[in-house]
Amino acid sequence: MNYVISTRTKQIIFALMGVGLLAIIYGAVTLNPFGEGHNATRFWANMFINSFFFMAISLAATFFMAVQYIGQSGWYTAIKRVFEGISQYIFVGSAIFAVVLALGGHHIYHWQHEGIMDPASEHYDEIIAGKSGFLNLPFFWIATIIYLGGWCAFTWVFRKRSIEEDQIGGTTNHMKNYFMAAWFVVFFAVSSSTSAWHWILSIDTHWFSTMFGWYIFAGMFISGLITIVLFTVYLKGKGYLPGVNENHLHDIGKFMFAFSVFWTYIWFSQFMLIWYANIPEEVTYFMARFESYKPLMLGNIVINFLFPFFMLMMRDAKRHAGILAVVGTVIFVGHWSDMFIIVMPGTVGEKLHYGIMEIGTFLGFLGLFLFIVHRSLAKAPTEVKNHPFLEESLHHHI
Amino acid sequence: MSHAPLNALREPLILGEKSYHDITVDICRPIETRANKLWYVVFGLSFITMLWGIGLIAYTVGTGLGVWGLNKSVEWAWDITNFVWWIGIGHAGTLISAILLLFRQRWRMSINRAAEAMTIFAVICAALYPVFHMGRVWVGYWVLPLPNQYGSLWANFNSPLLWDVFAISTYFSVSLVFWYIGLIPDFATVRDRAITPAAKKAYTLLSFGWTGNAKAWARFEEVSLVLAGLSTPLVLSVHTIVSMDFATSVIPGWHTTIFPPYFVAGAIFSGFAMVLTLMLIVRKVLGLEAYITVAHVEAMNKIIILTGSIVGVAYLTELFMSWYSGVEYEQYAFLNRATGPYWWAYWSMMTCNVVTPQLFWFPKIRKSFVATFIISIFVNIGMWFERFVIIVTSLHRDYLPSSWMMFHPSFVDIGIFVGSIGLFFTMFLLFARTFPVIALNELKTILKATGKYKRTSPQPEYKIEDLILDSRKGHGAAIHGEEHH
Repeated sequence: MNYVISTRTKQIIFALMGVGLLAIIYGAVTLNPFGEGHNATRFWANMFINSFFFMAISLAATFFMAVQYIGQSGWYTAIKRVFEGISQYIFVGSAIFAVVLALGGHHIYHWQHEGIMDPASEHYDEIIAGKSGFLNLPFFWIATIIYLGGWCAFTWVFRKRSIEEDQIGGTTNHMKNYFMAAWFVVFFAVSSSTSAWHWILSIDTHWFSTMFGWYIFAGMFISGLITIVLFTVYLKGKGYLPGVNENHLHDIGKFMFAFSVFWTYIWFSQFMLIWYANIPEEVTYFMARFESYKPLMLGNIVINFLFPFFMLMMRDAKRHAGILAVVGTVIFVGHWSDMFIIVMPGTVGEKLHYGIMEIGTFLGFLGLFLFIVHRSLAKAPTEVKNHPFLEESLHHHI
Repeated sequence: MSHAPLNALREPLILGEKSYHDITVDICRPIETRANKLWYVVFGLSFITMLWGIGLIAYTVGTGLGVWGLNKSVEWAWDITNFVWWIGIGHAGTLISAILLLFRQRWRMSINRAAEAMTIFAVICAALYPVFHMGRVWVGYWVLPLPNQYGSLWANFNSPLLWDVFAISTYFSVSLVFWYIGLIPDFATVRDRAITPAAKKAYTLLSFGWTGNAKAWARFEEVSLVLAGLSTPLVLSVHTIVSMDFATSVIPGWHTTIFPPYFVAGAIFSGFAMVLTLMLIVRKVLGLEAYITVAHVEAMNKIIILTGSIVGVAYLTELFMSWYSGVEYEQYAFLNRATGPYWWAYWSMMTCNVVTPQLFWFPKIRKSFVATFIISIFVNIGMWFERFVIIVTSLHRDYLPSSWMMFHPSFVDIGIFVGSIGLFFTMFLLFARTFPVIALNELKTILKATGKYKRTSPQPEYKIEDLILDSRKGHGAAIHGEEHH
């Protein structure tokens, strides 16, 4: 069955993109992104958060699909096209992200400031200069191209083979993707951490934490799972996923529950160990956030942990499309907000801005993301054909 | 899932054409026959080693902790290394029985029983070290927050060591209950087959009057899921808190935020290595080749690659961050690990934990029993060195160079460690001859779904499923998955 985007959905998506475009234009006019100083940083920090957040979601979808391949799992086959559809945003997403890094990097990263690694300069910072082996522009850009290029290439091949499988059948394409999934996961295991260091850890340039790469991964993964849940519920509601029953919902619901807890576990481990040891150069990271972003920081745990934890604890809740949709929407915003407090204190600084620029940019990127994902979903049948485990998925019963 | 059609890509999990009865016979055989000479030799050796360990523990208690190799800089070394090593080994049992249950991995059924037994025995071995390191072990109950007459004397709730007490005792209790509940139906099977009155009596007691009716099975499955749900956070909490014994401190090399998940991954890694080491012997000795197959070993080896790689990424992350942090103490701690006087321990750890498991990328190696056995031993050794490296190298050269020292284990240290291995094997060997080492009743549920099987009775002309389906039709209760019959 082929998905047809309804006019109403189209209208909403275009409205979101329109709002976003207006907000960005408004930001560009009022904040002068190509000038110097606080306002320009605010503009680029917003662009950074949103371009990274949505790109990471599509990356997480590819990752999760690769994991299913490696695990030879059958249950997900009926919603495989949802994974694929979401993953297709990575091409546009990484292009935008690269542009943001190129134009705004100077505003986002303290270490890209002029003279900061030059002992003769008045801006010289000895600690940052000590990191120049990792934090230098040539390496930063080579690495960025490898990460983004690698992720796009894998995603593209996965999708191409999957669509081909619909036509030719057999297990050849499946096995090819199975082997490639192993390579992808190896690449992802390294690049998810190192990219988090390059792009995000380096925002708070003095600060360091060994957990950080896995923390970004946990946030990215749960955001991807939420998106998979929301699209599955939406498409099922529209009747495009006839093979999906409440057992599939139960399974993705369990994943959403489990990885909300996993995210909390990673967040808490990082926070607690730094708080407990109370070493000045480490604890400053949370001090800054607790002092200036208190409602968001406390809300982070309430929304992203307590809410899904209690809402999804019961078996029936995980099998109920409506509950999954409500919980998913709330923690989707919750994890976006988590990204917000990862980036903002190190870029914009103490003052919490929450205005047209912040909300509008989010809505605009959301619109673009929805536009691309819906379009990709419409390009191929919503149910795979000839996948070797399709039968298992159609008979899925737990 | 229950009606999943067989797929060419799915490997059978029970080899040969077995019937339900064959499974019972095969798995009860070690209990119902006499052990051979080799068993007695190995058991005798383990038992003597255990006695040697007990003797040295008695010597420690009688003389004092001075008989250990600890000194004023390295006041934590051998004992805590062994403690963490043993606790980690226990984790595979819970992972297999709980997490793989939640992930519906059917291959777990051939190995979960023995792995859970390992969990219990490993936790017992682990408990020896902190208990006897207390010195005055007779006041050991002071670790519990009991009301007392000493005024404000109270356990220190801020200490991760106290969290350990809670985490490990809870984990031990739940694992024991989980393991035992799983055993009840199997004990009943052994009971029903027992010939001698003594055996009949013993297994009757052990099986708690299990009747095997449908209601009992329904409850059994429900409680298994609930306990799996409970065990999963517990198993994660145990090694998380063990890692916090180190990570909450301000010692370079110990205070690092990645420790909790990295310790958990390492624990599962070492646990699977030990499961492989033991199960490869068990399948040969007890003749369980049809149940513990290449497919099982391959699946476990894949978990070894996964967890080994997580551990490897964590090692490199730590190494990178120590440099990136710009903190000279951190930088030195890692430089000292790799190039200091304990370089051999660090490189043993790196080789055994990071390099050797990667060999499992080659299908030939991960499908080979011999290669798997050898690599599993490498991993066991590597994970011991990991704890030794973390603990000793960070302590022996602390902030004050005048108090830098080396650690040398005394014969008592080594003897107690060897003794705990003896204790472990004594318990495991007894288990292997008196308990069903495979969850035989659970295994029967996948017989027809995973390969060829032998019918023991002529096939009826109708299928029971069809009758059930017919009775459901018309009630509007047709579940999607069952429409495809």
